[in-house]
Amino acid sequence: MDTTVSQLDKIKTGPWSGGRSPFDVEYGKIIMWFFLLSDTFTFSALLIYYGAQRFSKVSWPDPDVVFQSVPFIAEHGYPLVFVGIMTFILIMSSVTMVLAVEAGHRGAKKEVIKWMIWTIIGGFTFLGCQALEWTHLFHEGYGWGHIPETYKGVDAVSATQFANLFFTITGFHGFHVFSGVILNIVILSMTFANVFEKRGTYIMVEKVGLYWHFVDLVWVFVFTFFYLV
Amino acid sequence: MSSTAINHTLEHSGHAHDDHAHHQSFLTKYIFSTDHKMIAKQFLITGIIMAVIGMFLSILFRIQLGWPDQNFPILETFLGRWAEGGRIKPDFYLSLVTIHGTIMVFFVLTAGLSGTFSNLLIPLQIGARDMASPLVNMLSYWFFLTACVIMMGSFFTETGPASAGWTIYPPLSALPKAISGSGIGMTLWLISMVFFIASSLMGALNYISTILNMRTKGMDLWKMPLTIWALFLTAILGTLSFPVLVAGVVLLIFDRSFGTSFYLSDLVVQGQILPQQGGSPILFQHLFWFLGHPEVYIVIMPALGITSEVISTNSRKPIFGYHAMVYSLIGITVLSFIVWGHHMFVTGMSPFLGGVFMITTLIIAVPSAVKTFNYLATLWRGNIRFTPAMLFAIGLVSFFISGGLTGIFLGNAALDINLHDTYFVVAHFHLVMGSAAICGMLSGVYHWFPKMFGRMMDEKLGYLHFWFTFIGAYLVFFPMHFMGLDGVPRRYYAFTEFEFMKEWLTVNTFISWAAIVSALGQVAFLWNFFHSIFYGKKAPQNPWNSNTLEWTTPVEHIHGNWPGEIPTVYRWPYDYSKPGSPVDFIPQTIPFSETMSSNFSHDFEGNPEAERIQLEWQKNDEAERLAEDKV
Repeated sequence: MDTTVSQLDKIKTGPWSGGRSPFDVEYGKIIMWFFLLSDTFTFSALLIYYGAQRFSKVSWPDPDVVFQSVPFIAEHGYPLVFVGIMTFILIMSSVTMVLAVEAGHRGAKKEVIKWMIWTIIGGFTFLGCQALEWTHLFHEGYGWGHIPETYKGVDAVSATQFANLFFTITGFHGFHVFSGVILNIVILSMTFANVFEKRGTYIMVEKVGLYWHFVDLVWVFVFTFFYLV
Repeated sequence: MSSTAINHTLEHSGHAHDDHAHHQSFLTKYIFSTDHKMIAKQFLITGIIMAVIGMFLSILFRIQLGWPDQNFPILETFLGRWAEGGRIKPDFYLSLVTIHGTIMVFFVLTAGLSGTFSNLLIPLQIGARDMASPLVNMLSYWFFLTACVIMMGSFFTETGPASAGWTIYPPLSALPKAISGSGIGMTLWLISMVFFIASSLMGALNYISTILNMRTKGMDLWKMPLTIWALFLTAILGTLSFPVLVAGVVLLIFDRSFGTSFYLSDLVVQGQILPQQGGSPILFQHLFWFLGHPEVYIVIMPALGITSEVISTNSRKPIFGYHAMVYSLIGITVLSFIVWGHHMFVTGMSPFLGGVFMITTLIIAVPSAVKTFNYLATLWRGNIRFTPAMLFAIGLVSFFISGGLTGIFLGNAALDINLHDTYFVVAHFHLVMGSAAICGMLSGVYHWFPKMFGRMMDEKLGYLHFWFTFIGAYLVFFPMHFMGLDGVPRRYYAFTEFEFMKEWLTVNTFISWAAIVSALGQVAFLWNFFHSIFYGKKAPQNPWNSNTLEWTTPVEHIHGNWPGEIPTVYRWPYDYSKPGSPVDFIPQTIPFSETMSSNFSHDFEGNPEAERIQLEWQKNDEAERLAEDKV
């Protein structure tokens, strides 16, 4: 009779049948993925607003003209060079983040520390570059609700919208980068304090890594929309 | 790779917690609690307090609408400058309407409803020790409370609370000069909403990951109670729609404080031409309603889930069309993202686009109707027990039908030209999302009160409360349809100012009386609720003879919910009055081997061996009975 009973009451053991995570993923990672999905909607909304504004205007400032300077080196004549460097730095910091995550999988604490430090340096450098670029634009007369006096008529209206959107959206992205750097620093100090060593897993590095890559990916879109097209 | 971590998290909230559960201070037990049951109570009580405030505000503006020519000196005593000479000022009237809407939509029917029942039911009904992240859960409540405090704080500012309506359309909300409520009041509104969105995001992420990851053994998706399905999809809806409001609010904040012109263009305020050029207030409406429309489903879906559970339990019948119920919830979730334009038919939208939004809007009526018919079919020939919870659940169905039907009128792009921004709209949404959702919430409170507080609520007071609420809501909102059809616009301060509105004054007085009486009826609830927490009859473990897992936990709450192992789930949650069973309910934890007489072969789909055993048992059983008959 016993075998009969066990047959009737056998419960399924598939990935979705309960008692386990269907994706073999820890809850924190699910939270992170859904958070990123949510944040995608925020940035999409902002960028769609940007698109709606841009297509409703007859003219739009030429990024090749607006972004010409390389701080400390040249005021004019190098269109998109500086932002190219910034973008390269941010993407490199994603590479170092990948290396940190990979080191985490092997449990190699020293390497995690090394690559996290590089990632943090990359993040701060990007933010610093952004600050320099903003300062330069402020000097030229751009700002929230401000544009240089060279724009006239309808050009002035669209240039104002360009400036408003540029500072707001890159600022919102910069805020995300800043939060990412803070998270990276937290992770770094937790690594120093052997927290992950004791837990037996460096999965936190991976979770923060997801966020960092996301912020990078968002920059690719912001960069494309504001500087390239 | 991460298997250790998974085991760790699935187990971590288990036995280890029981050890230190007993010595908690007041602070860790009631205030900074990380226990989902306590957090649910915190959400509920905060929600109830906010609901009372919201209701009180509505009574204040109902007094103005009902008796626009009369002075009420007592109002000046309480409201001071805002009701000089005993009459509410126009600006304050607009603030009252705005904050009433904000409180009711966000603080009561989003946080108070979803927050309470997600926290209470998700771990209990899927068989988990607690939420995936109890800490984030606690933060979610504290952000919510902060949002409430800031929103209420705006009443204590000199220029008064926000007054641009709960939809805060710019330019009115963007220009402090435009109306006094757009000063510091609006700033506080925005700050409060930022906290609120953070709270709801933290909550939703937690609910999603808990439901995905922490279901007990045997609890596959098709064995989840409909409450869990509803709360799960609500959380997804919140996760994807609130961020768009964030974007809209960020741009609004810049317009207000940093001199940008995202939503502003061609404006003249008090004879002055404003410098802002190039923006578009219509874009704000798009961003707002991309949240705003899903938001009404965030409000109603948990209520629908609760109703499914309560109606099935108290009809002693399985819910009619369980799969259809789930698919219609999924349909509503998906469709709710592509109907927002029906709020904007009269903004100069291209008629073709209006047609598209009209079609999607009418399509969303299909899953909603499926749910309604399924409720009715569940009730049909059921063994109905009219508990207060059941009455409120039926009340939801009633409001959902009567309010939903007018939604079909309003969803029509051509009819909307007449009906837009009239009292017809007010009547529609107060019935379909206001009254229906609050009925769902109250139904849940009456049904799960024994689970939350270990005591029963008084039934007689419950009935009294129901009839006051149900009849009262219809008396308040039904006449508004006719006002709307006559073209009376919403948000107008005094009906005496307009010739064609004067004839509606008596109706307004009637509505105000109805509102006051049904508000007084809520005292029955408040007394019942707070009195029963301390002095109610002690609750048995399973007072409603219900099937779901939460009723297998002990009445006295323990950290970790179940002493010992978490029960395994063998069957779906709706085995009520199963043919062949000697009892009219079979909880999810009862294995099939104990209910041989009531098993169907489709209970064993995908397990032919079990099916064979069951058939053999039935043959033997029949043979035995035949033999007995012969004797």
